[in-house]
Amino acid sequence: MSMLEIRGLRKSFGGLAVLKGINLDVGKGDVVAILGPSGSGKTTLLRCLNFLETADAGTYCFDGETFSLGSMKKQDIAKIRRKTAFVFQNFNLFANRTALGNVTEGLITARKMPKAEAERIGREALDKVGLSDRYDYYPEQLSGGQQQRVAIARALATEPEIIFFDEPTSALDPELIGEVLNVMRQLAREGMTMLVVTHEISFARQVSNQVVFMENGAVLEAGDSGAFFASPKEERTREFLRTLQEHGN
Amino acid sequence: MNERWVKIFIDSFWKILLPGLKLTIPLTALSFLFALIIAVAVALVQFADVKGLKQLARFYVWVIRGTPVLVQLFVVFYGLPSLGILLEPFPAAVIVFSLNEGAYASETVRAALESVPRGQIEAGYCVGMSWLQIMWRIVLPQAMRTAFPPLSNSLIGLLKETSLAANITVAEMFMSTQRIVARTYEPLLLYLEVGLIYLIFCTILTRLQSMGEKRLKTYGGKRSNAGGKRLETDGGAR
Repeated sequence: MSMLEIRGLRKSFGGLAVLKGINLDVGKGDVVAILGPSGSGKTTLLRCLNFLETADAGTYCFDGETFSLGSMKKQDIAKIRRKTAFVFQNFNLFANRTALGNVTEGLITARKMPKAEAERIGREALDKVGLSDRYDYYPEQLSGGQQQRVAIARALATEPEIIFFDEPTSALDPELIGEVLNVMRQLAREGMTMLVVTHEISFARQVSNQVVFMENGAVLEAGDSGAFFASPKEERTREFLRTLQEHGN
Repeated sequence: MNERWVKIFIDSFWKILLPGLKLTIPLTALSFLFALIIAVAVALVQFADVKGLKQLARFYVWVIRGTPVLVQLFVVFYGLPSLGILLEPFPAAVIVFSLNEGAYASETVRAALESVPRGQIEAGYCVGMSWLQIMWRIVLPQAMRTAFPPLSNSLIGLLKETSLAANITVAEMFMSTQRIVARTYEPLLLYLEVGLIYLIFCTILTRLQSMGEKRLKTYGGKRSNAGGKRLETDGGAR
């Protein structure tokens, strides 16, 4: 049974249909890579899944409960957000909080956790992403890779059932990409359920077990990651993979 | 130098400074405090795009910015009694200056709110925070740092503007000076003197501003800047 099941998700901006009926299945422990050219709707899909954008229609089945995307209630959104986490392309760390403060902020304010307990969890999360020597640093004092690892720690601290990653390495200098991908690899090994919009084909190939290939707001091909990379069914998918490979991915 | 002048200057100094300390400064401080509260509320309402309230906020800013503060003083102090609303001079002045300064400051605060990257708001939602929590703990603290220099500027402007309260019989520094002039017939000396005292007040405010700015360096802008760091840890309403 799927942990997250999306059926017929639609979204338009103005008159422009950006997502044209997306179906998606994510099982517990799955690492799903969402691939596709720019403008195919990958990021919008991810943002709809965490209600940063409001989808126009579709059903959202999560953790055994079904919701209608066209008429989400505030409490339902809050409920789903408690069990999910989001990692942004641009990190979006709170600039006025230290690394530890970034991780504990949601625990203290949203979950009403005592400060001491939140900080214990926060330190654990930062240790896990290899930042045990950076608790008191402000985002501005950290490299891009370190900032993104703080963002991952912030996501982990809320003990989500699934983490959405929106191109987590796209804003990073090439030499900093590895440290972030390593953390994500480790999470995947530990069985964390992850939905990752990415351009890192090698990461998708090595770490993901499911691949969704999107184009023009629709899923063109989806399935087991091994089969997808070994023998993509669609000509368009083959072409996409070939282009990326030419660019050294 | 004329001995009489020196004597008048020295005799008047306290007579001008004292109403400055007793009226000009409290009038400025109170009005600015209320103005800040109004400004944050009016800016937040617009930032959040609250239907109805946003239009009301724009209307308020439009009217206040479009009319002279002297006219506003006269309407409130001399005009409102016709409607049965009688105010003492000092409270009337506080009300007018608060509303006036609040309109200008709200635009400063609004711009500062807009300058905080939206992504931080989204990140706040994603960790489960409410809009108010995000505003209070993440966005406003950053915005108020950005707004600090222009708001200090407004405060200095307001301090001098309070001299207009003389027109509604608040016996602040300027009015006290006028009274001394009426007795001594030394307008040049005394108006220069009151100008000098305003200058002293503003110099102190300018000093305070630059001290404040030093403490409010960007978050962790310098590891060695222990002052700025401490301020943040204390200030972070934990």
